[in-house]
Amino acid sequence: MADTTHKLTVKDLKSDQEARWCPGCGDHAILNSIQRALVELDVPKENFAFISGIGCSSRFPYYMDTYGFHGIHGRAAAIATGVKIANPELSVWQITGDGDALAIGGNHFIHAIRRNIDINIILFNNQIYGLTKGQYSPTSYKGFVTKTSPYGTVEEPFHPGELVIGAQGKFFARTIDSNVKLSTEIYIQAGKHKGTSLVEVLQNCVIYNDKIYSYLTDKEEKENRQLILHHNEPMIFGKDRDKGIICKDNKLKVVKIGENGITKDDLLIHNAKEVNPGIHLMLANMRYPDYPVVLGVIRSVDGATYDYDVNHQMEEIRAKSEIKCVDDLLNSGKTWEL
Amino acid sequence: MNKKTEVVEREEMVVRFSGDSGDGMQLSGTLFSNTAALFGNYMSTFPDYPSEIRAPSGTVGGVSGFQVHVGHTEIKTPGDFADVLVSMNPAALKANAKWVKKGGVIILDIDNFDEKAIKKAGFDSNPLEKDFLDEFMVVKAPITSMTKEALKDIDLDRKSILRTKNMFALGMVYWLFGKSLNYTENFFKEKFRKKPLVIEANKKVLKAGYYYAETIEALSPYNISRAEIKKGRYRNINGNTALAWGVLAAAEKAGLSLYVGSYPITPATSILEDVALRRDLGAITFQAEDEIAGVCTTIGASFAGKLGVTTTSGPGLALKSEAIGLAVMTELPIVIINVQRGGPSTGLPTKTEQADLFQVLYGRHGECPLVVMAASTPSNCFTYAFEAAKIALEHMTPVILMSDGFLANGTEPWRIPKMADFPDIKPPIIKEGTKDWEPYARDVEKLARTWALPGTKGLEHRIGGLEKDALTGNVSHDPENHEKMVKIRDEKVEKVVDFIPELEAEGDEDGDLLVVGWGGTYGHLITAVNELREEGKKVSLAHFNYIRPLPKNTRDIFRKFKKIVVCELNLGQFADYLRMKHQEFKYYQYNKIQGLPFTVIELKMNINKILEDN
Repeated sequence: MADTTHKLTVKDLKSDQEARWCPGCGDHAILNSIQRALVELDVPKENFAFISGIGCSSRFPYYMDTYGFHGIHGRAAAIATGVKIANPELSVWQITGDGDALAIGGNHFIHAIRRNIDINIILFNNQIYGLTKGQYSPTSYKGFVTKTSPYGTVEEPFHPGELVIGAQGKFFARTIDSNVKLSTEIYIQAGKHKGTSLVEVLQNCVIYNDKIYSYLTDKEEKENRQLILHHNEPMIFGKDRDKGIICKDNKLKVVKIGENGITKDDLLIHNAKEVNPGIHLMLANMRYPDYPVVLGVIRSVDGATYDYDVNHQMEEIRAKSEIKCVDDLLNSGKTWEL
Repeated sequence: MNKKTEVVEREEMVVRFSGDSGDGMQLSGTLFSNTAALFGNYMSTFPDYPSEIRAPSGTVGGVSGFQVHVGHTEIKTPGDFADVLVSMNPAALKANAKWVKKGGVIILDIDNFDEKAIKKAGFDSNPLEKDFLDEFMVVKAPITSMTKEALKDIDLDRKSILRTKNMFALGMVYWLFGKSLNYTENFFKEKFRKKPLVIEANKKVLKAGYYYAETIEALSPYNISRAEIKKGRYRNINGNTALAWGVLAAAEKAGLSLYVGSYPITPATSILEDVALRRDLGAITFQAEDEIAGVCTTIGASFAGKLGVTTTSGPGLALKSEAIGLAVMTELPIVIINVQRGGPSTGLPTKTEQADLFQVLYGRHGECPLVVMAASTPSNCFTYAFEAAKIALEHMTPVILMSDGFLANGTEPWRIPKMADFPDIKPPIIKEGTKDWEPYARDVEKLARTWALPGTKGLEHRIGGLEKDALTGNVSHDPENHEKMVKIRDEKVEKVVDFIPELEAEGDEDGDLLVVGWGGTYGHLITAVNELREEGKKVSLAHFNYIRPLPKNTRDIFRKFKKIVVCELNLGQFADYLRMKHQEFKYYQYNKIQGLPFTVIELKMNINKILEDN
């Protein structure tokens, strides 16, 4: 067994099970990034719990040599909630997909976020149902042609960031599977954040929805199409670092530095700690081609967490209650001797 | 003639309070039953109320009732028919007159019997003018106007004044039964601590009712003397509170803390409420966003080392089915409490029924065995909640414990047990990692796997809903392994039989007829059987609290009787289950599906029929 001074390594976190995702699936990179992040968190291995629902992504816990629970479809948030409330010492990670979290598990998803349970929800968004072999998901764009929408869908998709903020979410970040460096940074921040952290991972399904994010990963163009946010830094992007975001007429606008008298000083400075979610919502909703797609930690606001409050409340009540054991309870209130 | 002196001694009597659902009948009934219990009578109560919080006033659908059975001898049911009925309006009379014994007393608030109210109650004409009430001794009391009169000097608004009229009726009933007002007056003092005027008003009206009954000389007072009750400290308890306290007791004896994840549903809700008060005992309650989250958070909490409990009623149990399958697969020790109500669908939310048995036994996909138990009296809900948790924790299996609307709301005096008299509960928690530990290795006796809690160094492992390798718990699609695991899970549940008490035949151990029941019908069945035995019939009762597995000696008990009749509040689900498990016997049935408990009278009549049938 590892001694206490041993620093956790990525190797320690790998289970003896071989990852069974398709070759080239984005999930491999996500597993890699999360393992890299966990070793930076200063949490003993036995205190990690990975909880998942159903879908390709939900096989994830089997590949981690931590405590793990592969649940049932849509219910990972509820199971993770129970685990965290039962033992707030644990670092609880919920692994879920767009179908698992936003279709069948939508109710648990919004309520976990509303309660601000201190769990980290990693949402693998590939806009497709992979495990059932290619049906549209609640994040598929309108008109998307799949086996269950042979003439194109006629429904609008959910945008996870909008839902998170609508449910009073306090931490929302977005990353892309292939960017291991950025992803690792984001998972570290998510792991450290107290409260529900939601990370949307734009994930490529190599079999049923390949290249859905190629517009973002395109070698030549990706810097022009991604805006990677850092707290307290200007919103600047582009291959030549010459584009940025300003706010005009209550709307975000892409500008070019040097054009129309715009300088770097005119650009918005990202404030992930801003309590008012207005600008975070606008950032989360920026979509290509009108805008670059925002990656990074969009929102990270402190707030009371359910698991802390419920356990704290318990300590307070325990301290002042006269009922200390079940015998006390049974003899409390109206009783009489015969 | 001074009627006051003619006290009639009675062994037992039944009182029913009835009025609009806002009339405070539940409170009057509760205060009366507590007074009787404190005095030293046996007592059993049953509330009967509509599912609407304030159903249309003055209609039969909006009538709320509370029945109390008080005795010098042991009482096991709230009684079939009332000796005394209080009806605050025509609708309450219409709904309840059929539940009054011939010659019984009916106390009416005559002030509410105007033409409009009579019509609203659905009477064709004034029931007071017809022979409708000829069989009863009717006391036409001006309860509303006397209440107003009693409070004419008190500075309270009209609404608050009228709200006390239930105390006038209660005062009358206290006089009728020669009961003290002390308990009720103390109750006012505690309940309305900050409202001295309200205390005064209630006391005044209570006394006014008492003296009114004394003065009118229309009634003969009764006396039900103190019972020979086993010495000890007592309290009143209803089934739901007993369930809540039973799982708290189990958590304490297991050295664990309790987690209850539930969604409010009638008639199970108050279990969640009762546990919610117990943060002081380290219990966490989680009011989930839905029934599914209720059970799934419970499974998560159980994985992390709590005694996990989820509480529900039939419709909620249906929603939880898939997750219960997950608990069976992951072999986690959760307790699912199902307080049955009338179904299917929304059915009769506030009424009692026993029709969830098949759902509990079979309502999951796949081969999905678990332990099934049923409590049978309001107070033994405590014992069976404790036992259900003990079995779950020691055998590493989900357990479904059934109660019903009748037990949930019924109350009876309960001799307070001492926790020292309960056994310790020893869940197979493994405290530290060893190299050769396997998540799905099991002990020989029970086939229970060990419980390794997240946070324990060296025992990191993964569980889940996919089929498990029989030893490592890793995902396995191997055909033989699947069959092996299906059989292990089944055998594990069957092995519980070695750890539960044997079935008892109450009465003689052989005879002409064995009455078989399960769950909340016990009080009525044993009363009927005892009365039949007093009449010389060779009848016994075998009442089941353990349903899966059935007690080992079930066949041996059944074999000794010429006939067997299974009595239950459904179309015969337990009878069918027994036909499958013990095919060699012929099972007669007596069933009732009206959302109501059995009556002792109907049971006796039907049991007699079966006895006579050749």
